[in-house]
Amino acid sequence: MLTPALFSAVVSFCCSRFAARAKVAANKHCTTRGNAGRMANAENRTSAASAGLNDDIGEATRLKMYRMQVEIREAEQRAYDLFLQNLVKGTSHLSLGQEAVATGFAAAMKPGDLSFCTYRGHAHTLARGVPVEQVLGELMGRDNGLMRGKGGSMHLTSAEHGVMGSYAIIGAHLPIACGAAWRAQYKGHKDVTVCFFGDGTTNIGAFHEALNFAAVWKLPVIFVCENNLYMEYTPIGDVIPVEHPAASRASAYGLEPVIVDGQDADAVYRAAFTAYERARAGGGPSLIECKTYRYSGHSRADPAKYRPPGELERWKERCPIKIYRERLKQFGIAESVIAGIEAEVRKVVDDATEACKAAPTPPLDIITTDVYADGGWAWRN
Amino acid sequence: MAELTYRDAVARGIAQEMARDPDVVFLGEDIGAAGGVFKSTVGLFEQFGPLRVRDTPISEQAILGAAMGAAMTGLKPIAEIMFSDFFAVCFDYIANEFPKSRYMSNGQLKCPLVVRTGNGAGSRFGAQHSQSVENWAMMIPGLKVVAPSTPRDVIGLMAAAVRDPDPVIFFEHKSLYAMKGDVPDGEIVDTLGTASIVRPGKDATILALALMVPRALEAADRLKAEHGIDCEVIDVRSLVPLDTQTILGSVAKTHRLFTVEENPRLCGWGAEIVSIVADEAFYDLDGPPVRITTPHLPLPAADTLEDAVLPNADRIVERVRRAM
Ligand SMILES: Cc1ncc(C[n+]2csc(CCOP(=O)(O)OP(=O)(O)O)c2C)c(N)n1
Ligand SMILES: [Mg+2]
Repeated sequence: MLTPALFSAVVSFCCSRFAARAKVAANKHCTTRGNAGRMANAENRTSAASAGLNDDIGEATRLKMYRMQVEIREAEQRAYDLFLQNLVKGTSHLSLGQEAVATGFAAAMKPGDLSFCTYRGHAHTLARGVPVEQVLGELMGRDNGLMRGKGGSMHLTSAEHGVMGSYAIIGAHLPIACGAAWRAQYKGHKDVTVCFFGDGTTNIGAFHEALNFAAVWKLPVIFVCENNLYMEYTPIGDVIPVEHPAASRASAYGLEPVIVDGQDADAVYRAAFTAYERARAGGGPSLIECKTYRYSGHSRADPAKYRPPGELERWKERCPIKIYRERLKQFGIAESVIAGIEAEVRKVVDDATEACKAAPTPPLDIITTDVYADGGWAWRN
Repeated sequence: MAELTYRDAVARGIAQEMARDPDVVFLGEDIGAAGGVFKSTVGLFEQFGPLRVRDTPISEQAILGAAMGAAMTGLKPIAEIMFSDFFAVCFDYIANEFPKSRYMSNGQLKCPLVVRTGNGAGSRFGAQHSQSVENWAMMIPGLKVVAPSTPRDVIGLMAAAVRDPDPVIFFEHKSLYAMKGDVPDGEIVDTLGTASIVRPGKDATILALALMVPRALEAADRLKAEHGIDCEVIDVRSLVPLDTQTILGSVAKTHRLFTVEENPRLCGWGAEIVSIVADEAFYDLDGPPVRITTPHLPLPAADTLEDAVLPNADRIVERVRRAM
């Protein structure tokens, strides 16, 4: 089984191939930095540089990524608390510990790019800018939910944010993402499609069908495997004959094996950026494996007793939020700025929670709406 | 007016829609340069080119998944699954994905696509290449399901299916591909959810679908000539939406109901219709509804064995005569 130390070696090897290309590209991309940020940044560039850090991402994006990781963490912890209070009724699958993956990929996207997620999709949905209230509302089955309670936690969808659904049948969305990318290719659109899934998903047929299909059609789609080391309860290493569930399979589809440190939002962002640029330029699909870890069980029903002692603690030392907080400081962001972001996010989540608790349950008449495009459900005359 | 085979009508129907709308794209195995394994898509590749008529790997999940992703983002894909039996390897899309995405997303996502497939027996292909699986599709809320029996209906219902904003499963009958029929010139556009009375009659209503329609018509002619029983034959055409008005109207007139179904007996489409008629037209009936179906069996391959299990005109005549 991989330990954090072991695969950080793999990670830095693979990342270095991306960093150079990403550096130029990312600087061009980050046009939102204000003057103040640029000046503060200049002062601290020396200390960051002496720490071996590459300032290719820019302060505005880094602050955005920190805020997003904290928002995901806080919102998901709140979802768990609400479950304990019996206010979240159905299942829910948390990404605690995996925040950097969703954040890095979303931060590198442009408006109009499309995300396809799994049942473990709260993080990806929030990362595209969907309000916390709508996500928590959906988990709580309230009328203010993203789909007014008709989809539930496993199917978060916000087309206006490019979140084209969360899919709960393992692997189903990989071919669907191919189709969205095919449309972009056919119409000459410049958007990319990004499809997230777990390590366990690399053993289902749809994964292999989709990889082959995307590669042979050269589709602008990025497949992102969040390798959190476990399927539901079984370690992935027990069920694959190769070392890396996604990366070791890449060569079968003519793709480069790409492994990224999924605990470091900057590394994720760089890998994402490179893959998106390539896809937009007609270079075809990428398969990126992010090494990460989920702190909680598979779903709310799982106490995660199957993990070897000490594993969780070791991974918590590589907490993506802890790592990124340090990173901000190395780039000279004041503690007060960081604490300010944390307080703001907490308030957003608190306010969202109160709004959801106060929200009504959905009216029963929506049970029969939107089965068919005419808005209804009639199957006969 | 021209005489066309059912096979050629498939290509003409697709061509009509592709010529009309550049967002209509077509994908499947061997559909392009090869013209389809049943030669039902000949000429499309030449007419519309490789970007609109795309050969795929043997990846039924990728075919249907890609069709769905394209549909939800603005294209109008037609996907071919070579044999309807293969629905079983990509059923997730048919059962879980196409029909649920609009509902689960509270109307945010759409899925305007057509899956066309070769359905039914008669080719002596055995139990995994001959099934009539229209009832598999009928049972899923969120799908629309059609099965034309004539070349003209192939074109008209194909146009209706492609233009429909919902996912439509389009069953072509393999044993009808060689059948000829008159087709008017120009554009043909039909309406989903409409049955057609293909032979008016006053003594009994016979409902049939696809290959069973010509068999029911032959039986009706013989019942009239040999037994003086005047049957009304209805081509159901569309299982979802179901044209219950036409069916109930006919039963109210004839007072007897027979279904002729190629699908195996349990949960066949006729069972649902009989239940509707029992609910809503019980007092119109002068006798029990009778379902004439393929028995609840895997299909045998040998010609004599296959012929013995499918409903045919002899069996229809016999069952109707005995019941009347
Ligand atoms: C086709 C299918 N098989 C099994 C399941 C049940 N299931 C849900 S999540 C899961 C584990 C998936 O593991 P992985 O791909 O690693 O994703 P993770 O949950 O770790 O994010 C399983 C087996 C399912 N939803 N769909
Ligand atoms: Mg996993």
